[in-house]
Amino acid sequence: MMKKLAILVAAVALIAAPFGLKPYGIYLLSLWAVMTIAAIGLNLTLGYAGQISLAQGSFVGIGAYIAALLTTQGWPLGLAFAAAIVLCFAIGWLLGYPALRVAHHYLAFVTLSFATLVFLVLRNEEWLTKGVYGISGIPRPTLAGWSTKAPLDFYFFCLLILALVAAAAGWMIRSPWGRAFTALRENPIRASSLGVDTRRYTLMAFAIGSALGGIAGVLYAPLVQFIEPTAFALGLSLNLLLMVIVGGAGRFFGPFLGAAVSVLLPEWLRFSEGLYLMLYAVFVMLLLAFCPSGLLGLGARARKSWKPSSKSAN
Amino acid sequence: MEALLEVRELRKSFGGIGAVNGVSFAVREGEILGLIGPNGSGKSTLFNCILGQLAPSSGEVRVDGRPITGMRPCDLNRLGISRTFQLLQVFPELSVRENLLLAGQEHQGSMWSRLAGPRDAGLTAAANRMIGFFRLEALADERAGSLSYGQQKLLDVAMAFMAGPRLVLLDEPAGGVNPTMLAGLRERLRAINEAERATFVVIEHNMEFVMSLCTRILVLAEGRIIAEGAPEVIRRNPAVVEAYLGG
Repeated sequence: MMKKLAILVAAVALIAAPFGLKPYGIYLLSLWAVMTIAAIGLNLTLGYAGQISLAQGSFVGIGAYIAALLTTQGWPLGLAFAAAIVLCFAIGWLLGYPALRVAHHYLAFVTLSFATLVFLVLRNEEWLTKGVYGISGIPRPTLAGWSTKAPLDFYFFCLLILALVAAAAGWMIRSPWGRAFTALRENPIRASSLGVDTRRYTLMAFAIGSALGGIAGVLYAPLVQFIEPTAFALGLSLNLLLMVIVGGAGRFFGPFLGAAVSVLLPEWLRFSEGLYLMLYAVFVMLLLAFCPSGLLGLGARARKSWKPSSKSAN
Repeated sequence: MEALLEVRELRKSFGGIGAVNGVSFAVREGEILGLIGPNGSGKSTLFNCILGQLAPSSGEVRVDGRPITGMRPCDLNRLGISRTFQLLQVFPELSVRENLLLAGQEHQGSMWSRLAGPRDAGLTAAANRMIGFFRLEALADERAGSLSYGQQKLLDVAMAFMAGPRLVLLDEPAGGVNPTMLAGLRERLRAINEAERATFVVIEHNMEFVMSLCTRILVLAEGRIIAEGAPEVIRRNPAVVEAYLGG
């Protein structure tokens, strides 16, 4: 009940938030929504299924380039969504294969290689991506007569897509699949002995997580309206990883909070002028040192210490 | 009567060391077979080879006359072959009920129907029956990780039975369980054996437990079967006494 009320309050706050904000503020809120979608994807792969990936930013890049290439040629954004979902799902599925053989930091390096490969393709294949010059003039869509050209309209469009993605991810996590993903993370050998096809679930976790990265990319391109390869270099993947871990990996609302910390907190800290990035770094270090389970883990710990123990251990 | 499980000349070596050296035996439907032997005699390696966790170096495993050697553990489980592990293997972050739902869900429908279907995969009633059968009612919604060792062990065994398997391989079910709980566990295993005609192979160091539960016992030493027979025969076998106490 409390949870439902909290979600309702948050939804109202998100709808009311942009009113009174300058375009830059609305841009940041939109960026938060976009990054939350990518982080929800990574949370699925890493937080629930336990498969580390340093390539989520690359899927955002693939999605963004698909959107940029198609919409600047006059194709609708809906087609870009479909193409990005299909392509990122397929590439994510293939990227999952190494995860069947290696885990942890070895898997991190495999995905790191993939991230480097995607960056090199975006930078060097000028015939397709225009290389370092990037692609500009990416239009914002008009949906059934609703133009999302203005920052406020585009923010609501991003929020709508975030709501749809969150509802779908929430459904999946509460379904038997979510349970199988958790089992895969906690103990793949036992999971397999109970009939869980760990191979298929691992590939599925990578594929769906990557497809969500692609969806975020399709929104990112018309948000910034100019994209170039460095935006999707390793830094973005690391930032998304930070969002998932700071928010609370394996917790549904973790990506929402983590993306807020990553996108909005540095801006709020700007009052400190030159020190803001340092303050941000100190905050992240302290948080992870004292609460490795992230902000939501901190919340859960606080609730536990306030609540009197309901039963003694027997 | 045809054997439910048949192991033929199974061998497994790690480098030059043979852990299982040509083991053959058969288990009839409804039988409770005990597998005993000193530490390092190859019991768990044998289990892992039968259940696809390890690939045997040579030999064959058949269930209902059908070769299953090299099949993946998840496929074997869906054929009705289940197991528990020597060390506790519950999912600590899931509740007791969720652990049981997980243990049964992959036997329901297809992967896609599980995504679209109900959250409990239609198994809440079955999970509650299992919770009642193993007397875990008071703990049903607790995180499995918060249970005592003995309670987790019961849950571990309950999970192995959740999908109604025909053959269950139990690796040291009595390890670390207190005597009262152990008597309960033995009684539960017997009840399932009688009601469902489920077949068990039990690795166990607790002689009292294994002698009172099993109908037939195999003794393994240095990867070979050194004795086979009814519990009272095994108890008096000089080779068994020798293997356990050393000469």
